[in-house]
Amino acid sequence: MILGSINPAVLMAALMVAATPILLAAIGELVVEKAGVLNLGVEGMMIMGACLGFIVAVNTGSPVLGFIGAAFAGMALSLLFALLTQALMTNQVASGLALTLFGLGLTALLGQKYVGITPPRTPKLDLGPLSEIPFLGRAFFSHDIVIYLTIVLVAAVWWFLKYSRAGMILRAVGENHDAAHALGYHVKRVRTLAIMFGGACAGLGGAYLSLIRVPQWTEGMTVGAGWIALALVVFASWRPWRALAGAYLFGGVVVLQLNLQAAGVKIPVEYLSMSPYLITIAVLVFISSGKARGSSNAPGSLNRPFHASS
Amino acid sequence: MRKPLLRLDGLTKAYPGVLANDDVSFEIGIGQMHALLGENGAGKSTLVKMIYGLVKPDKGQMVLRDQPYAPAQPSEARKNGVAMVFQHFSLFDALDVAENVALGMENPPAMRDLAKRIRDVSEEYGLPLDPNRLVGDLSAGERQRVEIVRCLLQDPKLLIMDEPTSVLTPQEVEILFRTLRQLSSEGTAILYISHKLEEIRALCDEATILRGGKKVATCDPREKSARELAELMVGQVLTPPERPAKPKGDVLLSVENLSLKSNNPFGTSIKDISFQLHAGEVLGIAGVAGNGQDELLLMLSGEIPSPAAQVKLKGQPIGQLGPNARRVRGLVTAPEERLGHAAAPDMSLTANALLSGAARKGLVKKGFIDWKKTDSFAREIIAKFDVRTPGTHVLARALSGGNLQKFVIGREIELAPDVIVVNQPTWGVDASAAAFIRQALLDLASAGAGVLVISQDLDELLEVADSFAALNEGRLTPVRPAKGLTVDEIGLMMGGAHDMHPAHEAAE
Repeated sequence: MILGSINPAVLMAALMVAATPILLAAIGELVVEKAGVLNLGVEGMMIMGACLGFIVAVNTGSPVLGFIGAAFAGMALSLLFALLTQALMTNQVASGLALTLFGLGLTALLGQKYVGITPPRTPKLDLGPLSEIPFLGRAFFSHDIVIYLTIVLVAAVWWFLKYSRAGMILRAVGENHDAAHALGYHVKRVRTLAIMFGGACAGLGGAYLSLIRVPQWTEGMTVGAGWIALALVVFASWRPWRALAGAYLFGGVVVLQLNLQAAGVKIPVEYLSMSPYLITIAVLVFISSGKARGSSNAPGSLNRPFHASS
Repeated sequence: MRKPLLRLDGLTKAYPGVLANDDVSFEIGIGQMHALLGENGAGKSTLVKMIYGLVKPDKGQMVLRDQPYAPAQPSEARKNGVAMVFQHFSLFDALDVAENVALGMENPPAMRDLAKRIRDVSEEYGLPLDPNRLVGDLSAGERQRVEIVRCLLQDPKLLIMDEPTSVLTPQEVEILFRTLRQLSSEGTAILYISHKLEEIRALCDEATILRGGKKVATCDPREKSARELAELMVGQVLTPPERPAKPKGDVLLSVENLSLKSNNPFGTSIKDISFQLHAGEVLGIAGVAGNGQDELLLMLSGEIPSPAAQVKLKGQPIGQLGPNARRVRGLVTAPEERLGHAAAPDMSLTANALLSGAARKGLVKKGFIDWKKTDSFAREIIAKFDVRTPGTHVLARALSGGNLQKFVIGREIELAPDVIVVNQPTWGVDASAAAFIRQALLDLASAGAGVLVISQDLDELLEVADSFAALNEGRLTPVRPAKGLTVDEIGLMMGGAHDMHPAHEAAE
């Protein structure tokens, strides 16, 4: 049996690694969309993070500084988006697409000298005896710290949106920006902050690809991860834990199909390669297609430009 | 004389092209019910926005309790005890009642305490509310309660109410008034904005009237007749529309057992609606917003198809036909939303005339648009319906609400339809334009067409309608002759007071 050659513990571990970049990008975009902004530039901000994070890590020898640099790079690009859409009132969809193309082009230029270099290794987090536990230790407790911090981030975003006052204001701005403005909340300020958070998260997700998952810099290395993150937010009905489940599902199928490819299953490679995208979207569509309110959980002011008239 | 709470002194605010407020001064006393009267565009909203800190005056001062008062933002106004209930509710559908209340407060208590306080206050003032329900699921009256309770929780000294009764049934209005009187007797001043004169005469002890941004009078509304107030507001003498008596003709439009399940989670489903519209008849359909008016209009216009035999025009089943096929057969509609539904905002008036006129006026030949003919059609509408615009090339969005409404209604009337369906024909339109539109509809009916008017304005319906029905939660009451109906009966047809109880009755 071919499947027998796949070790479930290793699979689980690899799944978390594969899921983390898109989860980071998705949780950032979730906050952005909850504030009522549709930023289609996730892919561009991710690749900026991947490239700049790689450059900083190689030049300083510190992966931590690399991640910090990546967050700032993603944030810088997102600020451009914020300037365009919030201050200059441009169309969000067009600006987002431009952001992606710009990010891909700029990083191809910046990263030219870095192709083929190996970045400094990010150490695994030492969890002592926990990682000695059979199966569980290998699957869950032998990872780098970024994976755990990402889960903490999902929990933090969930708590922030559900219980904090700032989170409530952010949801209010995304739900009905005119009403929020009438009550005296600063719609553009809230949105700009959310866009910056989304940019930083996307940058971190990109850096995870180039510094840990691959780890190498190649042009256009995000290969659509940003788009999957965007789809994930919608099909997760803008719920953080569902986004996590969706990301892990995606990661799981990615790793499984790679294993199947390696094991030489007689299915054309192309079908296996497309399977993670198909399965993730199919499952999430199924989850979110219920007649219940969950299906139309979209923020009311999503993708609507706000202009404070009178 | 009451002690003054708030004094406005020479407030002036200009926007590009208009002077919204020009040197407005008046006083509001402690615990006083002060009405602010005026037509649309008279500057009422701008004035209260200045008091609430949303707009900064160009000139002039405000004095609140003998202290200079110049709020830079609404939170500052709220800190000073000024609260406001908005005309278009400032509520968030996807958030629950408690969250909506918390968003309007400066220092909201923890959510659990807040829920308890919402229950207490809403019981005290006879405005029952469940803090855990989603606002999107509430009726218009309940939504207003959320707004009011939000204000009451902050113990306001001045409560501003912007057109609060436009979405309420007469019974709900009565209960709202009792709440307001109770507040006033407890020392809260109320600034009450409306253009409904009878309401103001029943409620307020002083009224300030604005016209064209200027204050024209301050008076005691109980000492003036509604007619005198109206003429102060409009600045001219008004003539009510004429309505010659005439016999009912044949059935033009008949609707049988029409039902529709709304696919919008916050929409209303239409339930088993039946009625008949005769030639020469004006049928008025009343109802509080969100009781199925939009859905009914969509099904009559053809935007939502129904089983063919459920909608019949002159005996022919048309339920499956789209809007243009219905227009060709003589059924035209004018929806409520002017920008985006009745007219394309970024297209010229000529193009907008084409969009609905093409089929009936023969403006398209072999797939090509006859622009010359279209333009003269647009000119004709503008001339006949007194649309104030520099020309037919102007974009629809550049017209004021009243002018665009005249254009949109005029466009449909010019198609010489057999049946016209209009939703809120005079919503947001000034009194003289409204009178003009009503007269045009009546003229169309006396020429033998069937006219169906869906409206939330009861005065309007009583003025134009021969027969009368009401929509309540998607159901239509039986059609009754309009003559002899009292406002009370209409209120009951519209669903009465739902579950509201007057404050003191609740205590018994």
